Amino acid sequence: MKESGYFRGVMIAVGLASAALFASLLFFGTSDVAPADVWRVLTGDGDEITRLIVVDLRLPMACAAMLSGMALAVAGLLLQTTFNNPLAGPSILGVSTGASLGVAVMLLTLGGGAAVGIGRYAGALAGALAGSAVILLALLAFSRFVRGTAMLLIVGILLGYLASAAISILNFYATEEGVHSFVIWGLGSFSGITKGELTFFGPVILGCVALSMLMVKPLNALLLGPDYAASMGVNLRAVRNWLMTLAGVLTAVVTAFCGPIGFLGLVIPHVARLTLNTSNHLRLLPATVMWGAFAGLLCCAISVFAGNGGILPVNAITPLLSVPIIIYVIVNRHKLSYFR
Amino acid sequence: MNTPLLELKNVALGYDGKVLYRDVNLRVGRGEMVALLGANGAGKSTLLRCVTGTLAPLDGTVEIAGRPLEGIPRRELARLVSLVNTGMTMAGALTVRELVGLGRQPHTGFLGLLSHHDREVIDRSMEEVGMSALAGRQVASLSDGERQKTMIARALAQETPVMVLDEPTAFLDVASRLETMQLLGSLARTEEKAVILSTHDVASALRLCQRLWLIEDDDAGKRVIVDGTPASLIADGALASLFRGRRVSFDPSLMDFLPG
Repeated sequence: MKESGYFRGVMIAVGLASAALFASLLFFGTSDVAPADVWRVLTGDGDEITRLIVVDLRLPMACAAMLSGMALAVAGLLLQTTFNNPLAGPSILGVSTGASLGVAVMLLTLGGGAAVGIGRYAGALAGALAGSAVILLALLAFSRFVRGTAMLLIVGILLGYLASAAISILNFYATEEGVHSFVIWGLGSFSGITKGELTFFGPVILGCVALSMLMVKPLNALLLGPDYAASMGVNLRAVRNWLMTLAGVLTAVVTAFCGPIGFLGLVIPHVARLTLNTSNHLRLLPATVMWGAFAGLLCCAISVFAGNGGILPVNAITPLLSVPIIIYVIVNRHKLSYFR
Repeated sequence: MNTPLLELKNVALGYDGKVLYRDVNLRVGRGEMVALLGANGAGKSTLLRCVTGTLAPLDGTVEIAGRPLEGIPRRELARLVSLVNTGMTMAGALTVRELVGLGRQPHTGFLGLLSHHDREVIDRSMEEVGMSALAGRQVASLSDGERQKTMIARALAQETPVMVLDEPTAFLDVASRLETMQLLGSLARTEEKAVILSTHDVASALRLCQRLWLIEDDDAGKRVIVDGTPASLIADGALASLFRGRRVSFDPSLMDFLPG
């Protein structure tokens, strides 16, 4: 069929572009290593220092960027479909900020800034999971009372402000050292993850993404709204709980390891819809995963290559790429079929 | 009489313990189309939600093909009762065929993959509402009438003996409204379904439905549901008192309400 050929074409193109970005992040970076030496390392040769740079620094960073992009994009799509709201996303609904608050509690009050290694991430992760869960539960509760696209977003933004306020208070009473490490974390970075941490980060995200793929059927039913979905046999409560759990875990894991990265979750499902012109999750979800990986890698590449020897904060890049697309989508919403 | 496809026995309905109406006894047989008429806020949607199993009755039982609705599992219920209403939000970027295909969900497996038989049912459903030629079109590009036909085809693909429609013609122009009502009537007959729809279109309901259910207040001010054929409801004045206390009157020759 013409449609599936087009779908395959988009997937292959985005896949190839992602592969190119991934390779560029291995061959080029902040430290001065000749691409030929990188090649030697990749083919199982090369010296110890280059190996360290490529395998222990650049490879985990590229993987973290790719996985985070996937995770946030899928979380955004699940939230948009669950709330029947194309402008939903983990950062705009306050889920990321809730996760940040959880991290702040762990980093600023319990852990201080000194703890390092997996222990620090275990605390941050627990905090992020709890924080995002609280916000999602609040959103689910409010969604029963608020009708309309804009209202739920405003509730989410307000919840985000509440979490921000709590973070400010925690910062005020925290040690200087703790505040410093929290501020750095809050800027967003893919370069903090070690190879060892990736063995946790990767499987959790890939597992949640795979589980989301199993939810294609109820996700498509939810496109028609809750009443229709229920009339077609969907167990609304169970499905919503599942989708919220997946979105929450995906957001929390990324937030704990890479900081509260904004906008990708909101914008990537739109990029996928715009390029495929469909809301059918059978194609939309895989495309969102691919575009998410591409976007994560692109943001990472910009942060490295435009950093003039350093690494730009990821959260300085995502709005620059995302906001124009979101504004385009909002302005053209009456022409876009998936808004109608 | 055969077992009716839908039967309400001594049903009481309402929210939060507040009873809207009680002792409702209604039945719909195979091939019948019934219109539910009443003023805004009379409780039309409440009754329909009770039939689709979304709202449990405060008292009494609802039976689908002789089985109490209460004990029927969700997925099985979705093979017995289908729903069409006016609201729709994010499905514009589905094709007509994809949207109609969603109706197969109660019949498909965990992943919702369509079998050869499912595809045949989808094709047949689109054909029955006259949407086959537009199967590949996006839902967003359809007219309101075509969109509603697509939603009806989706309900047909669900292959349920009972079809419930909440104001299916509310946003349609006169031509689409009449076409849709006519389509539903003929589907009820040819597919031997029980079709229950709520509407404000009194004239079409009188012409095209076998029975009407009128939600109105009786002489004592109690809310009741009056059941009858169009002719009997006109003859005994039940229709004339549908909007009791409002400045309208029923004109039998026009089969519609007039001001004054």
